[in-house]
Amino acid sequence: MTIALVIEKLQKSYGTVKAVKNISFQVQTGEIFGILGPNGAGKTTTIRCICTLSQPDAGQIEVGGVSVIDNPRAARRRLGYVAQEVALDKMLTGQELLELQGAIYHIPNKVAKERISELLQLLGLEEYANKKTGTYSGGLRKRLDLAAGLLHQPDVLVLDEPSVGLDIESRFILWDFLRKLKAAGTTVVITSHYLEEIDALADRLAIIDQGEIIATGTPSELKNRVGGDRVTLRIREFSPPDEAEKAKHLLESLPFVEEAIINSAQGNSLNLVVTSQSNPLTQIEQSLAAADLPIFSMAQSRPSLDDVYLAATGRTLMDAELAAAGSRDLKAEQKQAMK
Amino acid sequence: MSQTITPAKFDLLSPKREISAKTDENSNNWADFIQETIALTKRLFIQLQRRPSTLIAGIIQPFMWLVLFGALFDNAPNNLFGNDLGYAQFLAPGVIVFTAFSGALNAGLPVMFDREFGFLNRLLVAPLASRFSIVAASTIYIISLAFIQTGVIVGASALLGAGLPGLAGLGAIALIVFLIVLGVTALSLGLAFALPGHIELIAVIFVTNLPLLFASTALAPLSFMAKWLQVIASLNPLTYAIEPIRYLYLNNHWTIKSMVMETPWTSISFTGVILILLAFDAVILFAIQPLLRRRFA
Ligand SMILES: Nc1ncnc2c1ncn2[C@@H]1O[C@H](COP(=O)(O)OP(=O)(O)OP(=O)(O)O)[C@@H](O)[C@H]1O
Ligand SMILES: [Mg+2]
Repeated sequence: MTIALVIEKLQKSYGTVKAVKNISFQVQTGEIFGILGPNGAGKTTTIRCICTLSQPDAGQIEVGGVSVIDNPRAARRRLGYVAQEVALDKMLTGQELLELQGAIYHIPNKVAKERISELLQLLGLEEYANKKTGTYSGGLRKRLDLAAGLLHQPDVLVLDEPSVGLDIESRFILWDFLRKLKAAGTTVVITSHYLEEIDALADRLAIIDQGEIIATGTPSELKNRVGGDRVTLRIREFSPPDEAEKAKHLLESLPFVEEAIINSAQGNSLNLVVTSQSNPLTQIEQSLAAADLPIFSMAQSRPSLDDVYLAATGRTLMDAELAAAGSRDLKAEQKQAMK
Repeated sequence: MSQTITPAKFDLLSPKREISAKTDENSNNWADFIQETIALTKRLFIQLQRRPSTLIAGIIQPFMWLVLFGALFDNAPNNLFGNDLGYAQFLAPGVIVFTAFSGALNAGLPVMFDREFGFLNRLLVAPLASRFSIVAASTIYIISLAFIQTGVIVGASALLGAGLPGLAGLGAIALIVFLIVLGVTALSLGLAFALPGHIELIAVIFVTNLPLLFASTALAPLSFMAKWLQVIASLNPLTYAIEPIRYLYLNNHWTIKSMVMETPWTSISFTGVILILLAFDAVILFAIQPLLRRRFA
């Protein structure tokens, strides 16, 4: 196994905001590597540093052994970048945009034309090739952007939240395509805040939160690491803290309960980790009934990546998203992002 | 008839670059620079072709300058602007230079919008031989527009009685227009990379455009001006473009040694003016280098 991408102690701040505090990971050649994290975790910042759009404050990034910082031009040849926001020239047709893309990667015209027609075919864009991109739907725009990122056959294709805003069908087409890409030997780095997406696609992943890595590994490694099945329990729809606390103590004393966490962002619901056991739900029900505590809802599930996140941060990805959504100044950021 | 063809699709997605993009070793910087410049220029012309209003406005505007300013001074005393010199003849060089200058000054706007819409990132993540190809493409585009506009102005002025310079004179006009467009386009693109957004860029264009027009000899000769304005006008690059063109309009017989311009301090020959414009371009191209190289925060 060779290494396609190395990120070593990456740091990047915007003014006083430490967008990336300390991120290190390695991506093997030919794998799909996922970067999972809530809004504002530092995914885009990391990607922008990889793709030579931002200068890191500290740290090293190497693509195929080439330093992105010392030799950006050689690194750019090896990288394909599909940005979070698709930016096409609405006056150009898809064909014209790809021809421009070919030229700025210095692909000989004839070769570029062939590749363009093959890629358009592969991505189901032929009938739109000669239409202006201004008339494209969101899914078409994303597919064209993908074709553009792949035109020069990069060693590493980097996609920043490619499925945001895509309908389910386009999303599955994209996933299928990325798997083909992997089968053909291209290394893929993809960021997402959808657990399912990373779970379904990634060979390995890093979970990042507030500019730091909180876990890396394969999806099943990470899930196994957080132990047995999960039980999500709500005493009431919104349980008072003392009641939740009481239930927590009660349940922790059960022999098959490994851990109990109160999730305050979810109306003080309880998240339990249970050892694989015949029937935890009945026993939980019984012991709560014995203590005169009601049950609003209860469900058992296999651990998910969200549990990995929860175990590390004490909140679910969804909660983190909601919290982040309230605290960001999107306008100021957009302005900054252009700098 | 049995040919084995490796499945194209598999090849297509694999990271083998020998058939497509150049590698680090075999890349030829000049060839790369030319290829990317042509492609970027082509984009600008496709946009123009599909959105020709820029060109139409660009032709109507100088025409209106000619007619309106011409009419403004229609009853000015004879010979006010020099011996046997009508205002139309006086005005044409000013309008030629000012039109080219305005076009070039606005060259940064599309780049700024590319930046704001994220399209510029597409160029910045690509292995461009040099970001000067963005400057080169804009210059080629603006100079082409400026030549069309200049042609129209020269033609219209001829009809309005300004006369027509000879072939060498037209060539000299083209050279001067090129030099002023190159420097100002580069300056505008540098600003597009440096300023925070299009509002700021428009503000800079706004406060530069007309003041530079009035502080040049486009509309009135130096001798009409207050002393302090004479000094400013004699430092204004526009004046260095306008005066030699005006000389060409008035003198059928000229050489590169002809004294084409008077300043409060000295007279300058045609060669001298060209050298000054070249220096102006060189300074700007040199100054914007770090701005182009700068990576975006
Ligand atoms: N240009 C900027 N100027 C100032 N702060 C920024 C800028 N870009 C990002 N930030 C801040 O840095 C942090 C990380 O942002 P980043 O865009 O990398 O997150 P992300 O993981 O990509 O989020 P999302 O899922 O919303 O795309 C956030 O706190 C954000 O507010
Ligand atoms: Mg992002």
